[in-house]
Amino acid sequence: MAEKSLMKGNEALAEAALRAGCKCFFGYPITPQTEIAAYLSKRMPKVGGVFLQAESEVAAINMVYGCAGSGIRCMTSSSSPGISLKSEGISYIAGADLPCVIIDVMRGGPGLGGIQPSQADYYQITKGVGHGDYHIIVLAPSTVQEMADCVTRAFDLADKYRMPAVVLADGLLGQMMEPVAFDDAEIVMSDASNKPWAANGHGNKRKHNIINSLYLQAPELEQTIRDRYQRYAEIEKTETKAVADYCDDADIVVVAYGSTARLAKSAVDEARKQGIKAGAFRPVTLYPFPVNEINAAVKNAKKVLVVEMSMGQMVDDVKLAINCSKPVEFFGRTGGVIPAPAEILAKIKEMGGND
Amino acid sequence: MELSKLTVVTGHYGSGKTNFSVNAALGIAAKGGKCTVIDLDIVNPYFRTADFGDMFRSKGIELFAPVYANTNLDIPSLNIPLESILADGGYVVIDVGGDDEGAKALGRYAPLISGFADKQMLYVINKFRYLTKEPADAAQVMLEIEQSSGLRHTGLVNNSSLGAETTADTVRSSLGFAEEVSKLTGLPIAATCAVEGAMPAEAPSPCTVKRYVHNLWE
Repeated sequence: MAEKSLMKGNEALAEAALRAGCKCFFGYPITPQTEIAAYLSKRMPKVGGVFLQAESEVAAINMVYGCAGSGIRCMTSSSSPGISLKSEGISYIAGADLPCVIIDVMRGGPGLGGIQPSQADYYQITKGVGHGDYHIIVLAPSTVQEMADCVTRAFDLADKYRMPAVVLADGLLGQMMEPVAFDDAEIVMSDASNKPWAANGHGNKRKHNIINSLYLQAPELEQTIRDRYQRYAEIEKTETKAVADYCDDADIVVVAYGSTARLAKSAVDEARKQGIKAGAFRPVTLYPFPVNEINAAVKNAKKVLVVEMSMGQMVDDVKLAINCSKPVEFFGRTGGVIPAPAEILAKIKEMGGND
Repeated sequence: MELSKLTVVTGHYGSGKTNFSVNAALGIAAKGGKCTVIDLDIVNPYFRTADFGDMFRSKGIELFAPVYANTNLDIPSLNIPLESILADGGYVVIDVGGDDEGAKALGRYAPLISGFADKQMLYVINKFRYLTKEPADAAQVMLEIEQSSGLRHTGLVNNSSLGAETTADTVRSSLGFAEEVSKLTGLPIAATCAVEGAMPAEAPSPCTVKRYVHNLWE
């Protein structure tokens, strides 16, 4: 690893994309993720890449669709309302089996909502965003270093499974600064050399490739979707990731992702200091949801507490994942309000954490 | 460090201008000086000088910020009576947004600031910021800020840090960088900032600061 730098989360996402060989970025500004576009507008021309500010979010995601079809690593980024606009394009990209990376730095909603941090788009992102029977990979970093690492992993997984991958962050992670290190490797822009399906000119040397999400016969579409779901089953089996801290002997396991996981971890650390047996569980992959990992983490727990910057969305997946084998309670703040570690600790105590 | 009546704090993006400005204001207030802080940042949506409103009030420091700072409105509306603030005779610290973009807001007040005698304009640098880790890049941004604002700098503040991970070695490894930027820009090093315990003995113009900008879980 090279010398550390001090970076904003948004900048780390952008630099990591370049380092993953992302040759083309198509975006449209929106707070709190505009630094991604601003950073890439400066960096892309220096490394032989393309930065393009599209006329809208809809245009940007469709540029990604076209670029991904040519087999080149590409990315777009936005924040909540902008992601809603991109939803049609994301469905088409998934329907055409194309890899790409989408960054969502969540802010308060619904509607125009606000520019402060939020996690209220968990349902939207983890359930595919757009219409149709499909999944997208969703990674949820919780430090600036992990913002960078998740982008690299998102590109690799997207290519491996030929599907969109989302890095789901929030305004707090996007705006905060922390030390981050990138490896020293030279930046190499991606090409289509390992993508025999790419529509990038056959030169009369092979049959032409078609990028399409329209199927004329229902059985043909059904079979295509069934094939895709076999890939999803493989992903659910092999690509989950989570971090568990002090869960083995915990009476109450606190489940949170992203920046909220750090607030929850602070509360759990304080609880332990006060002799309360609390544990912290953090899903890093939201799709695939770390089902086995969470079951192992709550095995000895009496209760589970889910903390989110929303009115409670991941809490449903937690209940499903553990098949309601333990009582699951929820604490959250929403609308751009950040839950304080002291509030989370109070909830742990209210649940009988100091019995 | 000795501050002029008017201190304009600029810097490349994320150099730590806000933390420096907060320290400067609290330093003035601690000596019993009347101090006004102006948050002129039209770039950052959050983590800004206006976050310290309550602390400033408790120390008798007056704060002026963009009308919609820290609200859900992303509109850089400025309603700051700089002329009367300067005429008031107290100390004034202006925290400008990062890079040339942030300095655009400063340009509006350039005629007023140019005409004010007892002033300094400090360019804050941090070696550990990715896009300005080369002295030439840091010097280039300084020139862009001057072009954008129509004002000239008088000194450098070496505020090199890795946030919570900063040690004396971190700061020590930035001294050569600061010297190089000083050579390229012709600006003297007005201050080397470090938190207590992280100040190398050989640092020029040492200025011990506290870290006020930090995360909720720290």
